[in-house]
Amino acid sequence: MHGRQHHNIQLNEEGGLRHFLTIDGLGRDLLTRILDTAESFATLPGRPVKKVPALRGRIITNLFFENSTRTRTTFELAAKRLSADVLNFNVSTSATSKGETLLDTLRNIEAMHCEMFVVRHNESGAAHFIARHAAPGVSVINAGDGRHAHPTQAMLDMFTIRKHKGDFTPLRVAIVGDILHSRVARSQILALNTLGVTEVRVVGPRTLIPTDARALGVHVYHDLDEGLREVDVVIMLRLQKERMAGALLPSEEEYFRLYGLTNERLEAAKPDAIVMHPGPMNRSVEMDSEVADGPRSVILQQVSYGIAVRMAIMSMCMQTFEADGRPA
Amino acid sequence: MNVSIVKGRIIDPANGVDRQADLHIHAQQIVAIGDPPEGFVAHETIEAEGKVVCPGLVDIAASLREPGPSVKGSIGSETLAAAKGGITTLVCTPDTHPPIDSPAVMELIHRTARKLRRARVLTTAALTQGLEGQQLSNMAALKAAGCVALGNARAPLANTLVERRALEYATTFGITVMLAPEDRHLRAGGCAHEGAVATRLGLPGIPSAAETVAVARDLALAEHTGARVHFRALSSAGSARMLREAQAAKLAVSADVAAHQLHLTEMDIEDFDANCHVAPPLRTLSDREALRQAVADGTIAAICSDHQPHEPDAKEAPYPETEAGISGLETLLALTLRLAEEGLLSLNDAIARVTCGPADLLGLPYGRLGVGSAADICIFDPALNWTLNPQEMLSEGHNTPFAGWEFRGAVTHTLFNGRLVYRR
Repeated sequence: MHGRQHHNIQLNEEGGLRHFLTIDGLGRDLLTRILDTAESFATLPGRPVKKVPALRGRIITNLFFENSTRTRTTFELAAKRLSADVLNFNVSTSATSKGETLLDTLRNIEAMHCEMFVVRHNESGAAHFIARHAAPGVSVINAGDGRHAHPTQAMLDMFTIRKHKGDFTPLRVAIVGDILHSRVARSQILALNTLGVTEVRVVGPRTLIPTDARALGVHVYHDLDEGLREVDVVIMLRLQKERMAGALLPSEEEYFRLYGLTNERLEAAKPDAIVMHPGPMNRSVEMDSEVADGPRSVILQQVSYGIAVRMAIMSMCMQTFEADGRPA
Repeated sequence: MNVSIVKGRIIDPANGVDRQADLHIHAQQIVAIGDPPEGFVAHETIEAEGKVVCPGLVDIAASLREPGPSVKGSIGSETLAAAKGGITTLVCTPDTHPPIDSPAVMELIHRTARKLRRARVLTTAALTQGLEGQQLSNMAALKAAGCVALGNARAPLANTLVERRALEYATTFGITVMLAPEDRHLRAGGCAHEGAVATRLGLPGIPSAAETVAVARDLALAEHTGARVHFRALSSAGSARMLREAQAAKLAVSADVAAHQLHLTEMDIEDFDANCHVAPPLRTLSDREALRQAVADGTIAAICSDHQPHEPDAKEAPYPETEAGISGLETLLALTLRLAEEGLLSLNDAIARVTCGPADLLGLPYGRLGVGSAADICIFDPALNWTLNPQEMLSEGHNTPFAGWEFRGAVTHTLFNGRLVYRR
């Protein structure tokens, strides 16, 4: 009989991180190690992250098929703090629009002896595809692929949660909004469940909750007040303007009235609950400014922790390849 | 040339035959089963002891890619693959480039195939001009040129009025219409079954309702127009149920299923395996079970390859950007035999689903071994184990999710019109 084997291409035989494509298939120990490593890179608030020579002489390429100044900048900063050289390719405006295939683009850049790709692409599975086709010894880090995964964002969110809450086990977390189209939510759900939280909830109208959402390991709520009751962490997702045109929602006003976060609605959560948002935020659509700028909001910390977390993931991947004996 | 196939187990479901006997061929026809006719001298004798001698397979939906981009395949390459797969009659889908919407394109295909003499290549012509879903094709002319059915391939029709008119006009000439049921709005750019796996992988989903809504609409129009409608490549339990009910209500409707739908599910797209990217998509285990039951009870009377060969580049991209389809000619028999091996249906019924079953749906005189029938014969060794290696495929397309699968039962000889076109 046949056997389809789904080996995890992210890990080497010893369980070391070769690529970072999705949280799926990564164990609690590994996620904790990423958070611990990030801790060593993070410094006191207000002070710049130290520059370390870990990746001196290494070339890291940001391969962005989708525009994102913010994510690209934090990856670039993280790489530079690790003393790596960084190449930025904004592919949407160059090669593939001239008919070059994704693989051709990849081969051309590999010819420059790049050792790590940071990839963002609008199609789910793109990072896996590139990892499968990358030359041996080249690491791939997923900076967001379609609706599939955005694992570095999820890890910086986990880092932020751990900073504030310490232990994951007793936590109840509500993720509110457009789960259907959100790669961030998928990665957060996997990370939270892997780290052993008590409960992950998703909150939104039926049109924005994917089919079989329960298979992701979440409880589904359609009422915000119920969904927020006694939670420790509230994660608000960005709502894209296109959703109105796609007949998924009637209007921003109705969405805000039903699912927008205000100080009043936040009362349902625990008194010490924190509020997160992966950005960029639409004020008065997903949440009120008084919440976004209020004492429970940790949105700006999320951004600053992003650098340390990405440094941790990049250095761990690079170490795995060094331990495996990188081909010359 | 006279050929005798001796000591084989002859299985001919159309005639209820399953016995060990010799079979004799003269002038491209079967002239006797059992003792040879008086004075018959075989020029060639094929030893078939321990093997099954059955009708050459009839595949009612295969894309042969000619005319079209030769990197994907040609009538030459794909009929070689068909012969290796024991298939002697192929009905090609109208989605060639240009589509089969004129007698000229049809004649080109028929002529090329006749020259090659490897398989009988029949055609489903386009239901609308250019497969654009707007204007009716010249159906009477297409029928006169020899099409065996009309179809929309997977191209949508503009609206229900066009569909109604197309069914009515086809019925004027008694032509079967093959519809691939899909509501393009519900499909909404999806590339995988809308379910647990697509949700986890973040792949845009195609709900089962994209198919069942279309089946319900098409059934209503079939009833209204009295058209003879055949559903192409069903994928969902709901469609199988509606089809069964419609047949019970004596509607002249039928369906086929692609062989891969009976063996794979949405779980197989895990890790973004683009070789499992097919249209309609692989659905859930319970859909697969319902399709299997429909095959077992005869609601679905035909298993087809839904052959769609592709060049490597078509599958070398992130999953949603890859082209859908499997190169299926060389695994059609093996996947069908596996159903019998798994106890879903008898070996005779399994063979019927790829021979007389599909032939009868289109009123074709093939897929049977009666005296006087065309000598289209598949001989396979039911005990021969083999492993699929895509590099050994004869199809131009090596795109298959079955690489490395171990199969039991392999074609050893294929005869088309009495002529040996494949020998293992």
